[in-house]
Amino acid sequence: MLILRRILATLPILLGAAVFTFVLTRVLPGDAASFLASGQASPEEIAALRAQLGLDRPLHAQLMHYLMQLARGDWGQSFTTGQAVTADLLQRLPASLELTFFAFALALAIGVPLGVAAAVRPGSWVDHLCRAVCTAGSCAPTFVVGLLLIYGFYFLLGWAAEPIGRLDALVAPPPTRTGFLLIDAALAGDAAAWRSALAHLLLPGISMALFSVAPLARITRSSMLAVLGSDFMRTARALGLPRRQALFGYALRNALLPVLTTLGMVFSYMLGANVVVEKLFAWPGIGSYALDALMASDPAPVQGFVLLVAALFSLVNLGVDLLGSLADPRAGEAP
Amino acid sequence: MTHRRPSWRPSPAQLPLLPAALLLVLALVGPALAPHDPLATDVANGLQPPSAAHWFGTDQLGRDVFSRVLVATRLDMAIAFAAVLMSALAGNLIGAACGFLGGALDRWIGRVVDVLTAFPLFVVAMALVAALGNSVSSVIYATALINLPFYIRLARAEVAVRRHAGYVQAARLGGTGDARILLFVLLPNALPMLAVQMSLNLGWAILNGAGLSFIGLGVRPPTPEWGVLVNEGAQFILTGQWWVALFPGMALFGAVYAFTLAGDALRDLLDPRRRT
Amino acid sequence: MSGVLLQVRDLSVRFRRRARSVVHALDGVCFDLAAGQTLALVGESGSGKSVTALALAGLLDPAAEVTAGSVRLNGTELIGASAKTLQAVRRGELALVFQNPRRALNPIRRIGRQIEDALQARRPRPARAARERAIELLAQVGIAEPAARWHAYPWELSGGMCQRVMIALALSGEPALLIADEPTTGLDVTTQAGVMDLIAAQARQRGMATLLITHDLALASGRCDRVAVMHAGHLVEDAPVGALFGAPAHPYARHLILSTPRLGLPLQALRAVPGEVPDLGRTDLPPCRYAERCERRLDAACERTPVLSAFAPGHRVACWNPL
Repeated sequence: MLILRRILATLPILLGAAVFTFVLTRVLPGDAASFLASGQASPEEIAALRAQLGLDRPLHAQLMHYLMQLARGDWGQSFTTGQAVTADLLQRLPASLELTFFAFALALAIGVPLGVAAAVRPGSWVDHLCRAVCTAGSCAPTFVVGLLLIYGFYFLLGWAAEPIGRLDALVAPPPTRTGFLLIDAALAGDAAAWRSALAHLLLPGISMALFSVAPLARITRSSMLAVLGSDFMRTARALGLPRRQALFGYALRNALLPVLTTLGMVFSYMLGANVVVEKLFAWPGIGSYALDALMASDPAPVQGFVLLVAALFSLVNLGVDLLGSLADPRAGEAP
Repeated sequence: MTHRRPSWRPSPAQLPLLPAALLLVLALVGPALAPHDPLATDVANGLQPPSAAHWFGTDQLGRDVFSRVLVATRLDMAIAFAAVLMSALAGNLIGAACGFLGGALDRWIGRVVDVLTAFPLFVVAMALVAALGNSVSSVIYATALINLPFYIRLARAEVAVRRHAGYVQAARLGGTGDARILLFVLLPNALPMLAVQMSLNLGWAILNGAGLSFIGLGVRPPTPEWGVLVNEGAQFILTGQWWVALFPGMALFGAVYAFTLAGDALRDLLDPRRRT
Repeated sequence: MSGVLLQVRDLSVRFRRRARSVVHALDGVCFDLAAGQTLALVGESGSGKSVTALALAGLLDPAAEVTAGSVRLNGTELIGASAKTLQAVRRGELALVFQNPRRALNPIRRIGRQIEDALQARRPRPARAARERAIELLAQVGIAEPAARWHAYPWELSGGMCQRVMIALALSGEPALLIADEPTTGLDVTTQAGVMDLIAAQARQRGMATLLITHDLALASGRCDRVAVMHAGHLVEDAPVGALFGAPAHPYARHLILSTPRLGLPLQALRAVPGEVPDLGRTDLPPCRYAERCERRLDAACERTPVLSAFAPGHRVACWNPL
């Protein structure tokens, strides 16, 4: 029941997103009809085309028409690729998702332990490192970090893979099953492709992760500090509970609850940062797709991108909500 | 509630405000201090590493990177300030109205805010710039819009809390209208918190603006702006000419850091209870 | 002296505050507790009662520092003891019950499982046995339908029930000493009585000594063998309950008793304790911390720190001018 309610709660957001993109298209300069018709078309032909596209009807009718189209799965066509936007997006989505999940996992793996360690040993070098990372991380623009990493690890040290695309130019991609190179390569048993894919994920992934490490570490640290000073932790000590159990079973579990709510925000930020990172590393994802379309004044892909991102964000938030209610049995109770 | 006037003797607590102040000074007088014309090209001397003549080296067109970075300060600061001021002003008015009046207005604005926060901020910026055209003003509006929900919520919370305070009731009894109460009683009390948030937001707005111009939205070459400079220099990283992109990058980092420091220092100065 | 379970000598604790100042929370606290006895530690807020309890168990804040003193439980020195020793003591002989029981329990863990955690920490045993023992303990502390209640979360239980769970947790290690820090504050009167009855019954049954920390004199009078009065970090009087209430020696103790409502006494007869507890962060704290409020102050004599000395058999007081 709760799940249903939560799902219903995301609908207004999706609706809002659709309305938003609709409003944007009407504001975009350049009449779609004029664009489609070639330069020599007569005004009558353009008018006919406009009527065909439904651009001459009142605004609210156009909105309804637009919403119906979206619901049917018709998200328009890209002028630049000539394909349906949905097809383009679906084809490029796995690339963005793989990168985002990788960066997300990385940020969690670094940020949370760092915050916990800093809280458990206040004033130690770990605590200071945590604070330094939090400050530096939230001040460093993702693209600058990316460039620094490229310069350091690719140009100077030669350790990193060439920062272009998802695979080495000489490595053949594995047969596409999921679109996630790591998974596809593993499924095909292709070690070379797997290693190449991982190598190419590293620099963009780290660039994206660094900015998110900061808020994660900060919230984990403050949450953990609060929990460690709480009454029930004192009880745990008074009972002589083993240190590991008190720290992980009692303290950490409670401390992670506020961190969970941050996860949605972090993922949301990453969906946006995707655009910058994909451009920098020539990553063939939805971000670079939308950006190229934007530069070419091709409106449909941009709308599609915005809608997709809103949908992804809602999905992730839903997931985080559900996780939260699983983790915290108080969820749903009156405070 | 006591208002503490900032003292003018620089105390240790005020030290962190200096970098931000320095940046503001540079924004104002920077262009006059530039050793070279930021737009002057000299292709023969292109891509020279940092030297005595060119502290930050030259870019592919022989332009002095240091001068360009210095001059860019003004534009970056201006964009960020304009955006933050806009969103703070609008956000405060809207949020205060919501908190004070409640009811249907509050509910509907709340819903719009929820929808707005559902979008990754960068994506909203992209979409807005796409709609409004590729110009500096679009970037300012986009950055302002992104920050809007934050200020709305802040002001709404502050006002909602104080709405029922004694002095407000007294003002009401005295016949003061709602609008006057809002503007002259409630808003001034929210100001210290506001100053802190604005300073922290500034750093964020700088990041955002630079990010947008990096991907080609907003400010475009040859106008010197940090994001643009990084974009221009990005391709040369692969061939080892790091100075073209990384100096502007460091400037960005430094600016954001300066305003974050300033925000934290302001918070400590204005509300010592909140020191972490 | 056989039967002395707990021996506290010269316990002094101070807290470091932010602005580099120091709060002298406890100074030279001394008392004994025999096995099976109940001692009430009473005083106003800020008198140092809770600090004493936490100091005994080694559960003070990191900002606190035991500057002097010794605490011996069954011969084991607790002050400065290693973490291992303290843990062993807490798993066995020493148990605590805190104020605000709902906050003192892990909010996202079922209470039955929390009891099992405590049991397993004391003495590892098979899961089945732990489950049975946990349910048994819940029954012993008077929780109805213990098997069903095992699954409850703290926020689903009333304050009184949470306190019973805390007592069950405390009893899981068969302690020799139970320290109860304001166990009934915040509970309604009927629940209070129930909880205190439970503690008393369990203490009797197990031959357990109880150190009851409370600001409620009435509570102390009905339930305890001995009462120790604290003021501003000093232990000022230590007497059997009858002796204290019948003939208090310290002026502060007398004022405390006069300010406690009693059956048969008209409300108008209640008197507030004069003055205020001194700020323990002051650098100029007088040696006798009650002197500034005391109407029996002797100018020259009361400039020295009062020492706990025998007033009558089994009755000690720290005062230069006792009643």
